[in-house]
Amino acid sequence: MAAIRGRLAGWWRVAALPVLAIVLALAIAAVVIVASSAFTGIGFFPLLPLYAYGNLFAGAFGSDVAVNNTLVAAAPLMLGGLAIGLGFKAGLFNIGVAGQFLAGAFASAVAGSALASAPLPLAVGGAILAGGLAGAALGAIPGFLKARTGAHEVVTTIMLNNATALLLAWAVTDLVRAPGFTFPRTGDIGNSALPVLLGRNLHLGVPLALVLVFGIRWLLHRTTLGFEIRTVGANPNAARYAGISPLLIVTLTMSLSGMLGGLAGAIQMLGVIGFYASGISASVGFDSIAVALLGRSDPIGILFAALLFGAFRAGAPLMQITTQVPIEIIDIIQALIILFLAAELIVRRVFRLRVRPMEIEGATTVTRSWGAQSVRG
Amino acid sequence: MDVLFVPRLIVELLGYLVAVLPDLLPIILGLATPLALGALCGVLNERTGVVNIGIEGIMLTAAFTGYLTGFALHEAIGPGAALAFGVIVAVATGAVLGLLHAWLCVTVRADQIIAGTILNIGALGLTAYFNRLIITPSGRGGAGVIPTVVVGLGPIAISVLVLVVVLQILLFRSRWGLRTRAVGEHPKAADTVGIDVFRQRYQNVIAGCALAGLAGAYLTLESTGSFQNGMTGGRGFIALAAMIFGRWTPVGSFGGALLFGAFTALAVIVRVRPAGGELGDLLGAIPSFWYAALPYLVTVVILAGVVGRAVPPAADGVPYQKEARA
Repeated sequence: MAAIRGRLAGWWRVAALPVLAIVLALAIAAVVIVASSAFTGIGFFPLLPLYAYGNLFAGAFGSDVAVNNTLVAAAPLMLGGLAIGLGFKAGLFNIGVAGQFLAGAFASAVAGSALASAPLPLAVGGAILAGGLAGAALGAIPGFLKARTGAHEVVTTIMLNNATALLLAWAVTDLVRAPGFTFPRTGDIGNSALPVLLGRNLHLGVPLALVLVFGIRWLLHRTTLGFEIRTVGANPNAARYAGISPLLIVTLTMSLSGMLGGLAGAIQMLGVIGFYASGISASVGFDSIAVALLGRSDPIGILFAALLFGAFRAGAPLMQITTQVPIEIIDIIQALIILFLAAELIVRRVFRLRVRPMEIEGATTVTRSWGAQSVRG
Repeated sequence: MDVLFVPRLIVELLGYLVAVLPDLLPIILGLATPLALGALCGVLNERTGVVNIGIEGIMLTAAFTGYLTGFALHEAIGPGAALAFGVIVAVATGAVLGLLHAWLCVTVRADQIIAGTILNIGALGLTAYFNRLIITPSGRGGAGVIPTVVVGLGPIAISVLVLVVVLQILLFRSRWGLRTRAVGEHPKAADTVGIDVFRQRYQNVIAGCALAGLAGAYLTLESTGSFQNGMTGGRGFIALAAMIFGRWTPVGSFGGALLFGAFTALAVIVRVRPAGGELGDLLGAIPSFWYAALPYLVTVVILAGVVGRAVPPAADGVPYQKEARA
């Protein structure tokens, strides 16, 4: 009994701040919903947040279909969250997941349509691999530039996000446009579509993402590379004295991170979207930042955070249809959650908490490296 | 293909650029305006030791609130007054978000990159939320655009030229400038001689973010006259690159902003004033998507080439704690 209580207390010490930050964020968002309810067709209505959150919950967990939708929405967020979390471990902030997601989605769509009539394992495997490699290639560029020249990845990855979206729009219009459609898009992916395992849409990407959660956890805590990544994140100078090459580790970490972002795009493409056209949503890229921060860039934390935001994304359409509260309230909730995590002072005061402060390993190095660009790899 | 093809093409290109320069210049200045204002925001923030990657979000929020003000008021008080109110509201929005950023970075000592991320994500959500609730269903337009004053430039674009010069002089020739730089380089020493580090940081972050708000006002009220979700399109980050390119000085940042503006303007000018001959064929054959991607790619290349040689303020990104050692 005492052992169970001790274990519960241990969990609470870890989970208290994130959970209470979510509660506070939902409370503030409720105020926004009430304040803006006058603009909806319903009119000013103080109970609107209850209905909105009720429908959000029903849309995410209310039926087998809803639960499947939540898991399908959570899978790319797990991979995107891992991408950003892994970067944080090495003191890198990869805001480029949105671009890597698009690159992965595009590459897997092109490879998928080329392999459309190949045998199933080859078609699926080849298309997923193409997506991962495209993401890795796109991630390697800012990694190398950061390590070699000090160009901060926060700016370079955002620039590559914009450039990638534009160049892929060109590619799908002029290079790989499939004949027979009224708008520029890639061809059908045929056998490359991820097999559906359960219900109507729970595809192979969901277990794949789960495997990678534990794979990255193993990489970080049980391998030499993981140790080196964490050392570079904690203190790049100490790492150099210990004989670790920050140039190599930073480039490698950004490639791995980009690969995870690319895989997120690949499973979304092969499991949900089916073809690449310009203007497909890369919101996974920005949701992933919130996922990684809420999960403290720890793979298991990211797993739970991705399930939460997957539930938000899956439930939001029902909420918007039935209560006219715009789905963008989810983005506001995300920003508020990160706000309360960053300013944990507020959470501690409001709830009179006495738990250990919440730090994201490596995040300090991200900020320091902005002001220390003369330190070279 | 003869040997002289490439050199001849370069000469033709230079000739073409000189020929279109009179047309190009106002376009460049217009495109550089939000970038320059964003970069000035960056200079003010980072010279006092606060990293601000939330400029993008501040611009977007201010662009929206400014537009919303014009949208709500122009039928009641006329477009001119509504636009003026819009600009004031946009600048005030920037200042309020600056207060939030300063509070997070200076008082709470939160991670500054994460504080900026909060501004960026929150801005996307808030603006899209109220856009869907208020502006889209109304089907009405805004208050139009602020009329131009000289050579196709409006008052905000012109004020940038003044602001750059004034801030350059203030930063390097005034008491405020000396204090600002002291706080950004060595806050402990500044504190020892009686400069209030916290106050200096709050002031500069709020003032800087008000300028980012003005950049937002430029986008919706002086340039386009409409609001689209995510319309800042990375300008806040290009502004940071311009700031680094300009080595954290106002005049240098303006130079960086002009450079990025020039690359963006190229996309416009090759279609409006096409070149003749081989050069025209070549420039015309480049897909428009490539021209659109060019400023972003140039930013990456220039950033990689220039940093390492540019030295940021020593205390950039480091929260100040009175009792902390060194």
